[in-house]
Amino acid sequence: MSAPVKAEARSRPAPSRPAGHPRPRRHLFDTKISPYAYISPFFLLFFAFGLFPLAYTAWVSLYDWNLLSSEQTFVGLDNYTELLADEYFWNAAFNTLSIGVLSAVPQLLFALWLAHLLNRPLRAQTFFRVTLLLPNVTSVVAVVVIFSQLFGREFGLINMVLEAFGLGRIDWQAGTATSHAAIATMIMWRWTGYNALIYLAAMQAVPRELYEAATLDGASTFRQLVSITIPMIRPTIIFTVIVSTIGSMQVIAEPMLFGAQVSAGAMATGGADRQFQTLALYLYEQGFRSFEFGYASAAAWVMFLLVVIVVGINFLLVRRMRGSLDS
Amino acid sequence: MGRSRSRLLVPLVSAAMLMVAACGGGGGAGSGGQGAAPGEKIKLTVGLFGDFGFGPLYEEFKKTHPNIEIEERQAAFADHHTNLAARLATGAGAADVEAIEVGYISSFTAQPDKFVNLRDYGAGEREKDYLDWKWKQGLAKDGSTIVGLGTDVGGLAMCYRRDLFEKAGLPSDRDEVSQLWPTWEKYIEVGKKFTEKAPDGAKFFDGPGEIFRAMIGQAPVGVYDENDNIVVATNPHVKQAWDLSVQMIQAGLSAKIGAFTPEWNTGFAKGSFATVVCPAWMTAYIQDQAKNAAGKWDIAAIPGGAGNSGGSHLTVPKQGKHHKEAAELVMFLTSPENQAKVFKSTGNFPSIPALYDQPDIQDFKKEFFNNAPVGKIFSDAARNLKPQHLGPKEGDVRTAIGNGLTRVEQGKQSPDEAWQQVLKDVEKIR
Repeated sequence: MSAPVKAEARSRPAPSRPAGHPRPRRHLFDTKISPYAYISPFFLLFFAFGLFPLAYTAWVSLYDWNLLSSEQTFVGLDNYTELLADEYFWNAAFNTLSIGVLSAVPQLLFALWLAHLLNRPLRAQTFFRVTLLLPNVTSVVAVVVIFSQLFGREFGLINMVLEAFGLGRIDWQAGTATSHAAIATMIMWRWTGYNALIYLAAMQAVPRELYEAATLDGASTFRQLVSITIPMIRPTIIFTVIVSTIGSMQVIAEPMLFGAQVSAGAMATGGADRQFQTLALYLYEQGFRSFEFGYASAAAWVMFLLVVIVVGINFLLVRRMRGSLDS
Repeated sequence: MGRSRSRLLVPLVSAAMLMVAACGGGGGAGSGGQGAAPGEKIKLTVGLFGDFGFGPLYEEFKKTHPNIEIEERQAAFADHHTNLAARLATGAGAADVEAIEVGYISSFTAQPDKFVNLRDYGAGEREKDYLDWKWKQGLAKDGSTIVGLGTDVGGLAMCYRRDLFEKAGLPSDRDEVSQLWPTWEKYIEVGKKFTEKAPDGAKFFDGPGEIFRAMIGQAPVGVYDENDNIVVATNPHVKQAWDLSVQMIQAGLSAKIGAFTPEWNTGFAKGSFATVVCPAWMTAYIQDQAKNAAGKWDIAAIPGGAGNSGGSHLTVPKQGKHHKEAAELVMFLTSPENQAKVFKSTGNFPSIPALYDQPDIQDFKKEFFNNAPVGKIFSDAARNLKPQHLGPKEGDVRTAIGNGLTRVEQGKQSPDEAWQQVLKDVEKIR
């Protein structure tokens, strides 16, 4: 089909500038400057709202800077040394990791399985695909408020069901494991479909012939998933792992609103015992409850470093994940 | 080399200009504020947490100030104060009139340079109207700047469910109930009796948080001393309030529901608890949440004597553009007759003692609370108040203690362990 078009294009004489004439000024403007104008909006916004706050945060983190007093004293790295010895900070780091693993791992596995199921001829395909994305477009506040009520101790639906089956009520907010499980459930509900759609898009690009050959060889669909699909979409898997790692390091709305169900005070501390306070919530508590801006800024930078480290480790782990097609 | 530099320069310079523009916005606003030119149309914003019942008053104010339009912004309690602190620090975004609750007032009166001195607009002569301690709460440390004028006080009472008391075989008349519990120790005894015969699913009180607040509010010294030192560890009143709260938890009187949570709201509607600490402003809240229980609620005296919980001040941040008009609005909203009007419409109790003897306040009753004479109850409560100094991080300190009580309640720590952790947490608050 494309051959005649190509031939025609080749036969046309290449456009050339008349010899001896200087390049017109407007043309120069177009090639040299316009591209920068086209890409500038992102970079301008990034400098103003990304880079500048980042640098400013680093500056603030070197001060004893309380929002309620007009004096700021330079303290050097004191905020950092204090932070690294702060057990509540490390408690928050642990909670963040725990909630992150509890939500990301099942979420990605489940998304993979969902995408695999949808990656075959189905009636009303678009309907299913749109439905997958629906949880993600719901407001996070609405999601958490509803889930928190489901997980309520006194009047929560989940506890009612548990009781109906003769099991005891669970005080979801009180325990470390139970609260992490509840929060991870909210995160999974919101993001599983989103990841499934990304996987589905990648799966569509896997050559059909591989599956046909595998079917002829008598491979089960599960075997095909493990031996063909997963190795073929590995770059996509790496992408989703990194994105959801970054996302889970920043979780704040879920634990915050979940804590608001216990008491107004537990909102910023993530439960009475800080059992589900994440790093971002800890930062919020320091910065916007106690108004210790310097300390909160230091926490933000350490958190940034932790995110980089965790993402790096994850990237290395996932890259080592080898499929049979590679070997 | 030279060309590549100029290529970089264009976006960098534009970015720098954008930043300057973004940061410069706040600086200019602080310098204004000499009032509007005659006849000029202006808009005043009023920042509140929840409904203060000011709506009809705005209309009245506009009659004498036809050029002023008033816009009210409401935020959640904690968000409101957080936002205000951030806006004062960044120098932009505060409303012309901002409300501040007593739990936060001393952290804001500590920076009087951020607020208009209401003395400059004639607020000084209002001093004689106010309860002395309420007046002092709104002043800067040295007393020269009037940062905020008081709107209301939260004299304490105890709201209770008549029907649940009857079912548990207790008296339900409000005077008899008041006599049941002159002290918190007696309150615990009543609670134990109630629990023996209580209908299914009903506990004696909601949770220890508000009761602890009330007990601290009754003490002459709370979590801070006069010099803004945190005295949680050394003040016997705090430890006593803690121990009593722990006793109540261990006696199984608590429904283990935190105040102002969705479960609490449901608890009101379902009658999950029989008593709740009830400052004047709480009556409006209960009425709102327990619509199905009209007439079943009543109001008795609080155990342990008078105390304060809550109440607010109105301030004028300096960064606003219309200081004169904003100050006039504050004077108007906090005037004695308007405080009386607000009380009758919403329940926020006036901070003007002269009003307490007036017949329209004394005789004011609320049908929802079985026609309890709320005017009389709360004026007695307010008159007998012992003033208490509140410190700059009152909220943080109380959160730390409240979390400790919750840990005991959830069975995560023994009372001793929880108390030790409270002391450790409180020590960190700077």
